[in-house]
Amino acid sequence: MAEAAHRYDETMPLEYRTQESRLNILGFWIFLGAEVALFATLFATYLVLFQRTGSGPTAKELFEVKDVLIETLLLLTSSFTCGLAVFEMRRGRLSGLLTWLLVTLLLGAGFITFEIREFIHYVHEGATMQTSAFLSSFFVLVGTHGAHVSLGIGWMILIIIQLLQRGLTPRTARKVFIVSLYWHFLDVVWIFIFTLVYLTGMVI
Amino acid sequence: MKWSEFFVTGEPLIYAADVAIVLTIIGIVFVLTYFKKWKWLWDEWLTTVDHKKIGIMYIICAVLMLFRGGVDALLMRAQLTAPNMKFLDAQHYNEIFTTHGTIMILFMAMPFLIGLMNIVVPLQIGARDVAYPYLNALSFWLFFFGALLFNISFVIGGSPDAGWTAYFPLASNEFSPGVGNNYYAVALQISGIGTLMTGINFLVTILKMRAPGMTLMRMPMFTWTVLITCVIIIFAFPVFTVALALMTFDRLFGTQFFTMANGGMSMLWANLFWIWGHPEVYIVILPSFGIFSEIVSTFARKRLFGYKAMIGSIVGIAFLSFIVWVHHFFTMGAGPAVNSFFSITTMAIAIPTGVKVFNWLFTLRKGKIRFTTAMLWSLAFIPNFVIGGVTGVMLAMAAADYQYHNSYFLIGHFHYVLIAGTVFACFAGVHYWYPKMFGHLLNERLGKWAFWLFMIGFNICFFPMYFLGLMGMTRRMYTYAAGLGWTPLNVVATIGAVLMGIGFIVFCYNIYYSARYGERDMTGDPWDGRTLEWATASPPAHYNFPVVPEVTDLDAYWAMKKNGNGYEVKEEQLEPIHMPSNSGRPFLISIAFFIAGFGLVFKWFTLAIIAAIFIILGLILRSFDDDDGYYISVDEIKRTERLARKGA
Ligand code: HEM
Ligand SMILES: [Cu+2]
Repeated sequence: MAEAAHRYDETMPLEYRTQESRLNILGFWIFLGAEVALFATLFATYLVLFQRTGSGPTAKELFEVKDVLIETLLLLTSSFTCGLAVFEMRRGRLSGLLTWLLVTLLLGAGFITFEIREFIHYVHEGATMQTSAFLSSFFVLVGTHGAHVSLGIGWMILIIIQLLQRGLTPRTARKVFIVSLYWHFLDVVWIFIFTLVYLTGMVI
Repeated sequence: MKWSEFFVTGEPLIYAADVAIVLTIIGIVFVLTYFKKWKWLWDEWLTTVDHKKIGIMYIICAVLMLFRGGVDALLMRAQLTAPNMKFLDAQHYNEIFTTHGTIMILFMAMPFLIGLMNIVVPLQIGARDVAYPYLNALSFWLFFFGALLFNISFVIGGSPDAGWTAYFPLASNEFSPGVGNNYYAVALQISGIGTLMTGINFLVTILKMRAPGMTLMRMPMFTWTVLITCVIIIFAFPVFTVALALMTFDRLFGTQFFTMANGGMSMLWANLFWIWGHPEVYIVILPSFGIFSEIVSTFARKRLFGYKAMIGSIVGIAFLSFIVWVHHFFTMGAGPAVNSFFSITTMAIAIPTGVKVFNWLFTLRKGKIRFTTAMLWSLAFIPNFVIGGVTGVMLAMAAADYQYHNSYFLIGHFHYVLIAGTVFACFAGVHYWYPKMFGHLLNERLGKWAFWLFMIGFNICFFPMYFLGLMGMTRRMYTYAAGLGWTPLNVVATIGAVLMGIGFIVFCYNIYYSARYGERDMTGDPWDGRTLEWATASPPAHYNFPVVPEVTDLDAYWAMKKNGNGYEVKEEQLEPIHMPSNSGRPFLISIAFFIAGFGLVFKWFTLAIIAAIFIILGLILRSFDDDDGYYISVDEIKRTERLARKGA
């Protein structure tokens, strides 16, 4: 952080210009490394427990294909629109950036809505977090991802407000860039959830 | 919930503690008010983002926790001195060994080392602060309030009592009703978040903020060990985060992760715990290795022998530390193939460790050795740690471990590595860097008294435990029968524990004595040091270096002294220095964490949610905060530097 202004680098993209920004972006990558370890642990837990269904339903009996497909579609698209937002930012177009961020946010909210619906549906079928080890690990793994997405939505709202207040500055650009890293990461995690939890669960 | 359940009642020891706590609080409030120090406390400490002050606060807390954990230890030794003692009952004994282990590892050893690394690493790499000073303050306060939450358990609600390993099913609601293990799950979670952020912070600091010329291969060994430790933290702590979260879910919301019915799997806890837990023991030993390396090289007046081999072995140890965890439960019967694999990986750790031992020995060879207190701790470390390591290799033989496991032999092993490794390193580091922290030296005479008392006491206390273990005494038993032949060695062990306690008291007295009569360090370089922290004043101005030093060699400051006049600053070179602003928010957010944690412990969810809202509010305010720090003008730097020199 020291010497922030000294090391201002005009040649870099806006989000990398200050020393502080470069440090923050690197730190966030490392944080994502920790998040990988966190989700890896949750996946390992799920894989260990997923056939231990006790007296509750199995994955095959439970999972709803339709909701999950819609969720997947929404989240993957949002990752794409998030990329478009950063693309617009690199071209220096605030309005394009804001539009795509907003679209991303709405798609994310759509994802969460469907996920909540899916969970409510399971609970109505009597499949709760308390029913079996399989369901505990399912709800905690998928729920942790969902909580991350919700947090990301809140975070994006804050950044949109700051963009409206302050415009595109090295600082706001950095924030957009970091939230986009976070968003893409959640997308990758979802792909693993989709294959390891849902697809595998519907086959085995 | 009734008040009589809320406050722990019925134990004279606890009532005494209640009184002591109330008196201490009244005392602190009185002193602060009487001397009008509240503003000072807030401005200088509670809101500081200066890595040196944060480091000092870490160390103060760690010493307090060493005291608390030490009292636990003495209570246990008192109970075990003779057969059939009635001093503590079984429940109370369970609580005490649980809090002892948890506190010593998570609230004493790790914060002590994190404190030293806060103080030393930015100075060693010629930086003005860490990469994220604000986050650093938050890390500290989360640790602080996590530790506070854990520590109030023994007067409010009851202590955890399932061991520091908190194995299931013992730690489940069924076998551990009450809130004790909720404290364990929640308090460790809060301080663990702080540790993870420290790991990220120091990794970026070391990678990105080194002075010009300091390539990776010119980095001081302590900084190297911290770098690798950060990597371990970043990959190990998330596992603990998850394990604790699942424990919390099981205990508070009735999930079935580790239960005995509905598909739960108690072994999963043991695995998750040790996937974090084994790397954790290396998190507390690697920086210790770094401290010893610095001290040995300084007081042997020689460059560290085998610098590259040293780095290679740290990296090797870090890697291996992730693939040995099953050695903690060979006896749970994973089968010969699995046990053999983990047996071999465990033994393999002895190889890089052995390389390091020889490196220290060769550094000493033909050195002009000065036997300062810091050096005594470091020299004592080598043979004592080797005893711990050798017994570790014995435990690593899966078949033999069926005999040793969970006996006093194991207790002997891990105390020989943790005390002779980490605790000796903390003492060594404190004596070595004390002048840098406070501007005066610790008294050497008292320091040596403390050293000999503690070191001899340590051996008297723990060496007999190997034999007690071989004689069949198992760990965590609160009493034993008279005819087993264990009594003499237990008496000896208790005597050793008392000596260690006296050593600790002498150490604390030394802090007081040296503050009053200690020799001032006017030069900034009392030991004829080799690394950059000795180039600047003691204590350094809060910007550390008026001009960022240029590094041309490993042992950067030594090279400056040999090739010229050391680190010289010409007033023309000065430029305004940018520094981060203080902030009270990390402190306040951490209080909210404490309250939320307290709510979770007692399942007062409304309270927890309200506190959580305050946490989120704190984060939002941070997001909108665009304080860019401030500049220290050249005039002010000149004034500070002239004052520092006039002192000299
Ligand atoms: C040569 C290096 C080492 C080897 C081969 C080794 C091996 C082992 C083995 C096999 C066990 C499990 C024994 C049992 O439960 O029956 C063990 C326990 C333990 N070791 Fe080590 N160890 C080594 C170094 C260390 C170091 C450096 C530390 C910490 C600084 C450490 C701390 C511990 C602790 C805390 C436990 C017991 C935890 C518990 O059950 O509560 N060890 N060690
Ligand atoms: Cu281990």
